[in-house]
Amino acid sequence: MSSYTYRTYPYVRPAELDGKSVRRPVVIVGAGMAGPTLALALAEKGVPSVVLDEDDTVSLGSRSICQAKHSLETWDRFGIAGRMTEKGITWTEGEVYLRDKPVYRFNLAPEPGHKFPAFVNLQQYYVEEFLYERCAGEPLVELRHRNKVVAIRPRADGVAVDVETPDGRYTLDADWLVACDGVRSAVRHMLDLPYPGEVFHDRFLIADIRLKGDLPKERRFWFYPPFHPTNSVLLHRQADDVLRVDFQLGRDADPEEEKKPENVDKRLRQMFGPDARWEHEWTSVYTFTCRMMERFVHGRTIFVGDAAHVVSPFGARGGNAAVADADNLAWKLAAVIAGRAPAGLIDSYCSERRAASVENIRHSTRATDFITPKFPASRVFRDATLALARDFPFARSLINSGRLSVPTAHTGSPLDTPDRDNDWAGGPPPGCAAVDAPLGDGWLVDRLGRDFTVLTFGPAAAIPGARSVSVEAEELAQRRYDARPGTTYLIRPDRYVAARWRTFDPQAVQAALDRALGKEPTC
Amino acid sequence: MLKRTSNLARPDEVYNAIVDAHKGLDDEQARAFDARLILLLANHVGDEAVIREALAAAAAPAIDGGNGVV
Ligand SMILES: Cc1cc2nc3c(=O)[nH]c(=O)nc-3n(C[C@H](O)[C@H](O)[C@H](O)COP(=O)(O)OP(=O)(O)OC[C@H]3O[C@@H](n4cnc5c(N)ncnc54)[C@H](O)[C@@H]3O)c2cc1C
Repeated sequence: MSSYTYRTYPYVRPAELDGKSVRRPVVIVGAGMAGPTLALALAEKGVPSVVLDEDDTVSLGSRSICQAKHSLETWDRFGIAGRMTEKGITWTEGEVYLRDKPVYRFNLAPEPGHKFPAFVNLQQYYVEEFLYERCAGEPLVELRHRNKVVAIRPRADGVAVDVETPDGRYTLDADWLVACDGVRSAVRHMLDLPYPGEVFHDRFLIADIRLKGDLPKERRFWFYPPFHPTNSVLLHRQADDVLRVDFQLGRDADPEEEKKPENVDKRLRQMFGPDARWEHEWTSVYTFTCRMMERFVHGRTIFVGDAAHVVSPFGARGGNAAVADADNLAWKLAAVIAGRAPAGLIDSYCSERRAASVENIRHSTRATDFITPKFPASRVFRDATLALARDFPFARSLINSGRLSVPTAHTGSPLDTPDRDNDWAGGPPPGCAAVDAPLGDGWLVDRLGRDFTVLTFGPAAAIPGARSVSVEAEELAQRRYDARPGTTYLIRPDRYVAARWRTFDPQAVQAALDRALGKEPTC
Repeated sequence: MLKRTSNLARPDEVYNAIVDAHKGLDDEQARAFDARLILLLANHVGDEAVIREALAAAAAPAIDGGNGVV
């Protein structure tokens, strides 16, 4: 049925079953999008980890298809983003239709000069496949399939993890346990932690199909299209000539009926006409929730990705947030494990990524409320917006079919040093993601270190514990960083700006670096 | 002249503030709320010609959600 061949990744009998047990600095539960990303980010900083996954293959179903620029930049550090862009579909434009008429068009990449596009559409199974392959070539990552976590025992300085395998059970002792085990997180249940949030009742049908012909590359979203007049439809292309068609079904739809191939085909036939031919790739009827844990860090157990927060699919924020979580946590864990930063640094993972989650949930909830209005007045306003959209451009900008994932800011994080100079007219302020720009015949993102980077517009500046990148005459970079001669940025390993100045002052940079590592200020 | 292009720095914020203000109101309450809101905004706009233009624009055919009828 599927065009994708699911490989089976071999189970290897763990040494612990034969009595060889060593304490691990980091044990990761779950090899979805977050787990292997975290393991590879730790490995590039020299920290070994074990990743445990209960099954032996990649994501069943294409699930997350829109891989955002910031995620691609993260994966590029591991050398796999090139494969992803090659295999996937690069797109920047989206079109919103009312009935059969286009009413709103957006372009997510208004200007060139970035190594990666705003989005590459690639099915989650490919993303995981590329991650798994990269893990296999990384001696510091041990990815163990068919290793299911069945119990955990938190201790003051670590966590004991009970793991079930086809050959029986064993225990792993970890300094840190990171739960990347998805929305139904087993670890969260084991610790009996609540997962508060909002449940949405509208049902949606995903029909991923392989369709031959000239497929549109842009994202298309219809309100009340002629082929599905009561609700909305989303169409998006993926690799291998696969299309995602997402039908809003309403609250009363019967999932079992809707899933039947003949019923799915009937809907598709109305959409694509009598001559179209397709094969089914993946079908799923879903409802969704927006939830977030109160704290992502519980002693030595840390929650990442869907285990910690979950949003609706509109906006492509789930998988991309999971990757951003992993990147935010990796350098902090590495710094704490190396004794370079106090353990309290880990708490900033919670505050920063919770802020991101709040933002993601807000966006996702709004898009959801627009697509599936919850009360009469919200429907009235939604339909009024659509009605005005044809003639009034302002109304088009209010149409919300999902505001697509961009790196979230964590303004006010205790790790950031607020601006001291007050003449910034642009550039990413502290707490925002660094922006890419062409540098020579390469890219700024390629020059950023695995560790901290001091980016100076002028002569190179040496700061212990940071890589120095000097930019002399690069117009686009200067503009994107609102730079003048002397302008200096301190950029974290996860490519977020920690501080910036108009002039290079080594003491100020050192103090900002200490602060970004969660150290007590020395003066 | 009635502005046709976006005049809001944060359109999503304003849209959601307006919609959320209707939460929990029944139909009649919502209409009374909207009436007060329109009068407040009209007074703020101040320009009768613009208000008349907006009245004409708003009177254009409405779409009917759900049934696909214009
Ligand atoms: C229909 C749909 C469409 C989506 N579209 C998008 C999109 O376009 N863009 C986007 O960014 N996101 C999208 N998402 C969301 C995205 O799929 C998730 O946010 C993402 O997979 C989260 O990654 P994760 O690593 O946190 O969890 P998962 O990918 O769910 O991984 C969890 C892993 O943990 C393992 N596991 C669970 N329990 C145990 C245990 N006890 N022991 C060992 N292993 C265990 C599982 O086997 C699994 O591999 C979509 C989701 C759905 C359902």
